[in-house]
Amino acid sequence: MKINTMAEMMANGETPEILFWVGCAGSFDQRAQKITKAFATILDKVGIKFAILGKEEACTGDPARRAGNEFLFQMMAYQNIQILNGYNIRKIVTTCPHCFNTLKNEYPELGGNYEVIHHTTLLQELIDQGKIILKEGGSFKGKKISFHDSCYLGRANNIYEAPRKVLEALDAELIEMKRCRTKGLCCGAGGAQMFKEDEPGNKRINIERADEALETGATFIAAACPFCNTMMMDGVKNREKENEVAVLDIAEMIAESIA
Amino acid sequence: MQYLQQVLFCIMAGAAIYWFSKKVAEIRRNIFLGKAQDLSDNPGQRWKNVILLALGQKKMFHNVPVAIMHFIIYAGFIIINMEVLEIVLDGILGTHRLFLPYLGEFYGLLINTFEWLAASVIVVCIIFLARRNWLKLKRFISKDLNGWPKTDANLILITEIVLMSLFLTMNATDQILQDRGVAHYEPTGSFFLSAQLIPLFEGLPDGTLIAIERVAWWIHIAGIFAFLNYLPYSKHLHIALAFPNAYYANLQAPGKIKNMPEVQNEVLYAMQPEFAPANATPPASFGAKDVFDLSWKNLLDAYSCTECGRCTSECPANQTGKLLSPRKIMMATRDRLEEVGRNINVNQSFVSDNKTLLHDYISVEELRACTTCNACVEACPVSISPLDIIVELRRSLIMEESNAPQEWNSTFSNIENNFAPWKFSPDDRDKWANEMAS
Repeated sequence: MKINTMAEMMANGETPEILFWVGCAGSFDQRAQKITKAFATILDKVGIKFAILGKEEACTGDPARRAGNEFLFQMMAYQNIQILNGYNIRKIVTTCPHCFNTLKNEYPELGGNYEVIHHTTLLQELIDQGKIILKEGGSFKGKKISFHDSCYLGRANNIYEAPRKVLEALDAELIEMKRCRTKGLCCGAGGAQMFKEDEPGNKRINIERADEALETGATFIAAACPFCNTMMMDGVKNREKENEVAVLDIAEMIAESIA
Repeated sequence: MQYLQQVLFCIMAGAAIYWFSKKVAEIRRNIFLGKAQDLSDNPGQRWKNVILLALGQKKMFHNVPVAIMHFIIYAGFIIINMEVLEIVLDGILGTHRLFLPYLGEFYGLLINTFEWLAASVIVVCIIFLARRNWLKLKRFISKDLNGWPKTDANLILITEIVLMSLFLTMNATDQILQDRGVAHYEPTGSFFLSAQLIPLFEGLPDGTLIAIERVAWWIHIAGIFAFLNYLPYSKHLHIALAFPNAYYANLQAPGKIKNMPEVQNEVLYAMQPEFAPANATPPASFGAKDVFDLSWKNLLDAYSCTECGRCTSECPANQTGKLLSPRKIMMATRDRLEEVGRNINVNQSFVSDNKTLLHDYISVEELRACTTCNACVEACPVSISPLDIIVELRRSLIMEESNAPQEWNSTFSNIENNFAPWKFSPDDRDKWANEMAS
């Protein structure tokens, strides 16, 4: 499967329907690359003409801004907006809620105005439109799945239903954790915490959250964020449950179940 | 004698209102020590928030029994204040139950309603005292509340119980005096609840009863004036400030961090010097080191906080034993602001006391623990954002003090040089795509 970059498309005189913003985790992190590949496969399968920025993509600046380094954030935003506007990008889909939030809410006042959607919303739309057809009796049918709300999708952007609707389409049994939706507990990665050790305390946040997910008895923990995914996986491993419970991104579940 | 009472009453009321207004002006001045922030957009949505969040207490209803109890105190407080209007007019005019002749039978209905509310307020206040002091709810036994804040909370509840009991006492004695046909005590009809207290006072002579009725009346209204003047020093100020705070609540996506146009421009001028105005001066400072550097809304937030701790009990960092408590961030901001205010009262304008909100009131360790998850913001019933303050303080730490953990410094340099928070080669960014092609 050939993934086109914007530069290649431009050279061929083509314009994509949508730009797939991959994000740093999706580009470099080995685990998150699988999510990226799964989502690209879905886009390809449903025949959406998409492109990536490839080597021209750079960190949106989310962790820098939240750590307090506004200069670095503004530098990254400036560069990205130059590139995006240069390609006259209109619509962006991303598998990372942090990139989603920054592109959607923080770039407009810096001159970057795009229609930005998160991949779970796009997946829900494609299922609703009948463009994604799922296998009868797919591998998640009747399985217990617990969805972990990503802060930057849920509280930050009020997206609670789209990922759940996608999971329902899998015919799975959705089990909510005690703290869910607006009360969902953070995985511990946001605010640039991903890139440093926890402050002193009595428990790691991701272990607290993984414990809560394990308590539901679900065999799959569904995530919609590459950072949540890593944090939850680490928590599950810490409890030595990685053989019984899998942490998967919603895109991976759909890619596996697509007819 | 009657005139003397009227004069005394007017002096008391005048003094209470004078001191209260003075303190209100001081709080207003303190709030506007903060930086400008334009929140005048979208009045329709803002009024809707006032109705839903402040008047309707929407967020309290996540816990329905507590919400109902809280609503009883609140409604009781507001509605019983209609009776205070009569009490104040009686005090000024030297009358007794001024509204009675005008309202007739309806008067009895009104007072009966107030009495039911008063009794409900007493019951709820007792339950709330129990929740605070004996049920060991985590957010009430937190060390955030050690000392004055705990006393403050209890004082408010006890005062409400005392005020409501005085109201019932004065009505009970009033009814006995009416039955005995004592002058000035016009028949009002029976008040159901206070009538239950009649056996306690029945055996007493007229003179004693009049004394009890008058003393209860005086302490009740003096208590209300005292409470009014206590408010600005207390967490209870939220009964007033919840309304403006709901009006000025953030209407943008909660995930959006406030932009810094001054930094945006600095970067723009560095990248495209042709845009730089000839007289461009770099900003004096970045982020917030002290209360002056926060926005007026942040400071209004601090005064609106009633220290309920819903933010802290939702905070992932706090729940896992970290030092961060969003409630403490708000309390520290108010404490510092009040200190600055006292400094200004004494010195006319602020004279440096070698203290700042950052470090002296809020430590680096607290700030470093925040995941910016918005749980505190979501939890707050009165539209406070502790997160906004945390980010502003973090900005000062990083941009003014270059105070970052080593790991963050590496992250920053990776983002700057490799365009990703990790040390990967930017050339490998689309390696996954090449793998899919083969």
